[in-house]
Amino acid sequence: MWDYSETVKEYYTNPKNVGSIEDADAIGEAGALACGDALKLYLKIKDGIITDAKFQTFGCGSAVASSSMLTEMIIGKSLDEVKKITNKDIIEKLGGLPPEKTHCSVMGREALEDALNNYYGYKIGDKSTEKIICNCFSVTENVIKEAVEQGAKTVKEITDLTYAGGACGRCKENIQKIIDSILGPTKIKKEELTPVQFALRVNSILEKEIAPQLALDNGGLELVDIEGKNIYIKLKGTCESCPNSTSTVKNFIEKKLKELIDDEINVIEG
Amino acid sequence: MSENSGLIYLDNNATTKVDKKVVEAMIPYFSNEYGNPSSIYELAHTAHNALSHSREIIKEFFGAKNELEIIFTSCGTESANAAIRGVTEANPNKRHIITTKVEHPCVLNTVKEFEEKGYRVDYLNVDENGELLVDELKNLVNDNTALVAIMAANNETGAIYPYEEAAEITKSINPDTKVFVDAVQAAGKIKLDVKNTKVDLMGISGHKFHAPKGVGAMYVKKGTIIKPYMTGGHQERALRGGTENVPYIVGMARAAELAMSALEFENKIVKELRDMLEEGILKNVKNAKLNSRTKNRVPNTTNIGFEYIEGELILLHLDKLGICASSGSACTSGSLEPSHVLRAMKTPFTSLHGSIRFSLSRFTTKEEIDYVVKNMPIVIKKLAKISPFQKELTEIFSE
Repeated sequence: MWDYSETVKEYYTNPKNVGSIEDADAIGEAGALACGDALKLYLKIKDGIITDAKFQTFGCGSAVASSSMLTEMIIGKSLDEVKKITNKDIIEKLGGLPPEKTHCSVMGREALEDALNNYYGYKIGDKSTEKIICNCFSVTENVIKEAVEQGAKTVKEITDLTYAGGACGRCKENIQKIIDSILGPTKIKKEELTPVQFALRVNSILEKEIAPQLALDNGGLELVDIEGKNIYIKLKGTCESCPNSTSTVKNFIEKKLKELIDDEINVIEG
Repeated sequence: MSENSGLIYLDNNATTKVDKKVVEAMIPYFSNEYGNPSSIYELAHTAHNALSHSREIIKEFFGAKNELEIIFTSCGTESANAAIRGVTEANPNKRHIITTKVEHPCVLNTVKEFEEKGYRVDYLNVDENGELLVDELKNLVNDNTALVAIMAANNETGAIYPYEEAAEITKSINPDTKVFVDAVQAAGKIKLDVKNTKVDLMGISGHKFHAPKGVGAMYVKKGTIIKPYMTGGHQERALRGGTENVPYIVGMARAAELAMSALEFENKIVKELRDMLEEGILKNVKNAKLNSRTKNRVPNTTNIGFEYIEGELILLHLDKLGICASSGSACTSGSLEPSHVLRAMKTPFTSLHGSIRFSLSRFTTKEEIDYVVKNMPIVIKKLAKISPFQKELTEIFSE
């Protein structure tokens, strides 16, 4: 269903520079198995020149093509030249990528940056103070804020105006946070709930919205009791012993319940 | 090899090849027999009769009692929309819907709309083998429940769900709750016998059983009140306005006839080929894990996860060999989210993103299956070299 360029097809069919380098001078990583793509980049560096590069990618066709193309682009180049490579350069060399696949090229650039950071032992690269929210389209926080000030109220409207969030979609949550920080969180229309309805709604949100998120980290929770707006919960699994449990309770669980039900909710662990 | 110039089509849960006999049956209705079934003159009679005859056949296909219970639609998605919206809007005081976590998006996204309107929606779980935890219904159906929507067979895993039992449980608690069954993936693969169940509504789609795309049907049990979703003329008992799509309805009826006579073949020969494919891959490819483990499956489907290799990449390399399959991986779909079905089954991340669905049809041959079984280990071995998880893969392959 993707409209891949001939170059992309060639590079995922017969990728060049696949593998690892035993005595690599720098190794960079990006992505993770759980997210569906992960990239490892190995560099051999001599006198400030990249003399060899190899990659290993867990990912789709365009992720493999992007990684392979990146290795070709950097071999024989000086570190100063390589530092300037952006994800857009990778896309250009590939003869374009479908917009939804832009993040594959971003992953390439991230792995390269990670490798160089490891090589130098300190952070290099983009020193600009502008915080990038959407990596796929390089959209900064300020651009999104401006869009909200111009009247955008939803993530979709932000995407329509700025493209941010229109590719891989991983930044949608952060875009929502920016919208909320300006306009205040959007609430599902507030209804007068009876104590039973309130309890059912709390339970349903804990089960459907919160438990699945905790489960991703092998954690869980149990609703112990409800007294007025005080909600008593017990954390389970890895959450139980997690040093960040207070933060999970307050910043995630309580925040979500406040957002969706009532500002006065207080979540208590115990 | 297959008639399709060497292409091995194992994606029949996505769509099927239109049977030549179906095309033949349709052709007259594109040319000489163009009458509107609602008109009065002789020309229209042929169209009208073709429509009645098709309705009779589709009634048999559903295993329904009365042909008045059959409504023609444009596809499975329309059938689901018509049923869900039709029931909820006819029962505005009941604001509770129950469905499953593993429904097709045509049900999930429609139900979600009601959830946003303030309806309560409960989702039944599945276990790790893909079986539906139908007993959960017992604690969920209540006086306020308007609708229970459960699919007959899952498109991704092929698991058959006990929808008859779900209807029994539902009606024993609240006889007024309506039960809709999305039978799109079951039609033509297992026998439907809706008259002997407590199901109120059921939907099917022609292109999943060798009819063309753009035609479907809905069973609405006699006495079931639904609000029409498409208003217009008196067609389809005024439940679905719009001039009937005669050629496609004729085509779907012919396809249903052929599917009914091929049911035994599907459940014996196609099943044997599916099992051969499944066993062959699991035996020859060490990182292959069966996702659709339930025994109770439609005969044509298997879903296999390949650990540490991404699904789209597998599909692209299979495509190079002329093999068509599909994947539950995030990267294949426009949404970039991995399959909600496999996630509901708690499929581990190691194989989730590398899951491939093979779905056969009565046109699949043994030679084709042999070819896939032979080539799968070669493809996976090649792709394993690209994976950054060399340590894990080496361990699996040296076992």
